[in-house]
Amino acid sequence: MLTRVIFRSLATAAAIMLATAAADARALKWARTADALTLDPHAQNEGPTHNLMHQIYEPLLIRDAAGKIIPTLAVSWKITTDPKVWEFKLRQGVKFHNGNPFNADDVVFSLKRAQQPTSDMKGLLTSIEDVIKVDDHTVHVKTKGPNPLLPNSLTNLFMMDREWSEANNTITVQDYKGKKDNFAVRNANGTGPYTVVSRQQDIETVLKRNEAYWGKAEVPLGISDIIYTAVKADPTRVAALLAGNVDFVQDLPVQDIERVEKAAGLKVNFGPENRTIFFGMDVSSPELKTSNIKGKNPFADKRVRQAINMSIDREGIKRAVMRGQSVPAGVIAPPFVNGYTKALDALPKVDIAKAKDLLKDAGYPDGFQITLHCPNDRYINDEGICQASASMLAKIGIKVNLVAQPRGPHFTLIQKTPPETEFYMVGWGVPTYDSQYIFSFLYHTRGGSEGSWNATRYSNADLDAAIKSLSSEIDIAKRNATIARIWSVVHGETIYIPLHHQMLAYGMKKDLDIPVSPENTVFMKFVK
Amino acid sequence: MARTTETPPPQPTPSSPWRARLAAALDSDLFYSFKRSKLVVAAAVLALGIVGAAFLAPLVAPHNPHDLATLDLINANIPPAWESQGDHRFLLGTDDQGRDIFSTILYGTRSSLLIGISSVLLATLLGVSLGLWAGYAGGRIDSFVMRLADVQLTFPAILTALLIDGVALAIFRNYRLEGGKFWILVVAIGLAYWVQYARTVRGVTLVERDKEYVQAARLIGLRPAKIMFQHILPNVLSPVLVIATINLALAIITEATLSFLGVGLPPTEPSLGTMIQVGNKYLFSGSWWMVAFPGLTLALLALAVNLLGDWLRDALNPKLR
Repeated sequence: MLTRVIFRSLATAAAIMLATAAADARALKWARTADALTLDPHAQNEGPTHNLMHQIYEPLLIRDAAGKIIPTLAVSWKITTDPKVWEFKLRQGVKFHNGNPFNADDVVFSLKRAQQPTSDMKGLLTSIEDVIKVDDHTVHVKTKGPNPLLPNSLTNLFMMDREWSEANNTITVQDYKGKKDNFAVRNANGTGPYTVVSRQQDIETVLKRNEAYWGKAEVPLGISDIIYTAVKADPTRVAALLAGNVDFVQDLPVQDIERVEKAAGLKVNFGPENRTIFFGMDVSSPELKTSNIKGKNPFADKRVRQAINMSIDREGIKRAVMRGQSVPAGVIAPPFVNGYTKALDALPKVDIAKAKDLLKDAGYPDGFQITLHCPNDRYINDEGICQASASMLAKIGIKVNLVAQPRGPHFTLIQKTPPETEFYMVGWGVPTYDSQYIFSFLYHTRGGSEGSWNATRYSNADLDAAIKSLSSEIDIAKRNATIARIWSVVHGETIYIPLHHQMLAYGMKKDLDIPVSPENTVFMKFVK
Repeated sequence: MARTTETPPPQPTPSSPWRARLAAALDSDLFYSFKRSKLVVAAAVLALGIVGAAFLAPLVAPHNPHDLATLDLINANIPPAWESQGDHRFLLGTDDQGRDIFSTILYGTRSSLLIGISSVLLATLLGVSLGLWAGYAGGRIDSFVMRLADVQLTFPAILTALLIDGVALAIFRNYRLEGGKFWILVVAIGLAYWVQYARTVRGVTLVERDKEYVQAARLIGLRPAKIMFQHILPNVLSPVLVIATINLALAIITEATLSFLGVGLPPTEPSLGTMIQVGNKYLFSGSWWMVAFPGLTLALLALAVNLLGDWLRDALNPKLR
């Protein structure tokens, strides 16, 4: 009997010791509204996709939670004596998850891969003419003209293993909007701090700490396992956090912030996101398919666009739909961005009577009908914002037929050429912190590597030339003057209807401290 | 000649046919069994009340929630009138878009009922026709229809409805869908529920088709369609009526489920399911009224219709009399 008791207490003691030894083996359950759309690092230029990828793959350099650019796979970078050539010194001793060494060949391969026609990252790399390997750990990037801002464009440009891609036939980027598939969509081989254990799209992705990670000595890497789940329904996500089934909710619904703050053992971190939410319109097709007006396009008339702009009560949306968690916007550039000014961001005054007059002047005294496409799982309360806007537009006679759907099909409507939507919601984050990123994706005529998210059909040759000139202008003052000029043109045209700059709220267990970054990108390797 | 000598049947006074019929109805076994159960009477009153209020929604409701121009975010998230923050204009409070919950329930119930009834009619039409045809024709047609039914029975009805709804939306994606969504739902739910009718009707038809009156009809050379619909159909109607009543509750719940999943009516014209889905989001923040009242309405409606269906089943079952 006694021996049994002793044995049992010894066993318990051993178990406790084992548990302490494994204390740094902490699993983190991470819930977010939506899953990454694909694992192919270059197929989608989209927030949640990049966010998951940042745990698995790594770019040459990243922006930390404070928005500062810090070295990652590159240790240093500079403009060479030739102003059109950037030199990147690569980190030595880095290995991909499959054991292959990371070297200049992989950088050349990855940057060229990301410039392919099916790549969604190509719009960021338009200034690049060639990528040249100098030696195993030095790469020269040759640009078409001098581009002092090149590093800003590389913060989400993930490095793939050339051998692995060749062996698995994934040299070509997945054609996402063509609904194509490849090996890299379901499998990953990065240099990042976590490796993929298993992945079920839209359900669960399990990641394990990469014990051979190059930065093990530099970053805390406190989380040993990550279980990432997509939980679309707001109440389910919050319930999981309240019940302790998940440790971290990256998009806490605004209506539940108060409740989570009050809950024992939980806390909420806040911060502004580098992202603006807005509506786009087809401003140039001769006729709108989803409208009852035939033979002409109401959105082509600037007065109609202005009428819409002044009928949206952004403060009302902030108060009722966003519960205070938004900054009403007058421009689609977030305040973090170079080129943003308070004057541009001045809110249009809500004026229903004037909006009605404008519609009447434009020849639509009774308004018109139009279909509005909205995501329902991408931005904070996206569907609620669309509904509220629909009722605001109804007040000036514009009858909105609202189609709200998950972001996969929604974004496909926008990215297809020609686009399959005429009135739609998008939120644009600006990882380069520069207006050029907004111009070339959202205002430049669609074609080639430009304008891939511009579903407005807006096309202005002068403006296109000005946008192009930004990538090679080295005189910062002159460049900023061009940016200001472009803003004054597109802002005067009211091509987009800005709604608000998004605010973020992360809910988590008290012992975690995950800072809100303006990119809404979480780097789990920095978590203790 | 005989005709002139024949005395005409006693003509009732003009006002009495419906009165006589009513009297006959009130005197019938069916009404007796209805009267006898207080529960059934209560269910009937409740169902009639909800259906009446729903169909009179434009007259009864204080607001028109489908008229987006009347919504104002200033009125969003107001609790029911009896709460301290309540507003007397909004008896049951408002939702996140400033819609009056009471009015929205009335309009939403109307949508739910219209979709429910239309899809039950569709399912009945389809199921009864196929069942009659299969039972009367027999052989290969019978095997084909019944195997089709068996295959569909292996899937839950909600899955079938989701599939049809998804396919229809993909097809019609590029078209304007104003009233369209309504009909897509009707077809999706109708096609999901025809099997039960077909199987029941086929069974009864198999029994009836060899009876003498059918043989007689066949002998005088009537067309099969006429025999099926005029002679056999009246004899298979009572089980169909029972299934239809019970299925009405199922169809309403299916519509609510589809809307709850976000594939039902558009959010600007909420049905009960959409309201519950939206309200569900605000449960943790304390806005219980957004989900409680539509949920209660749906539960009561489904319960009342189900009770009526159960009673009808027992009342029409000769073995239980």
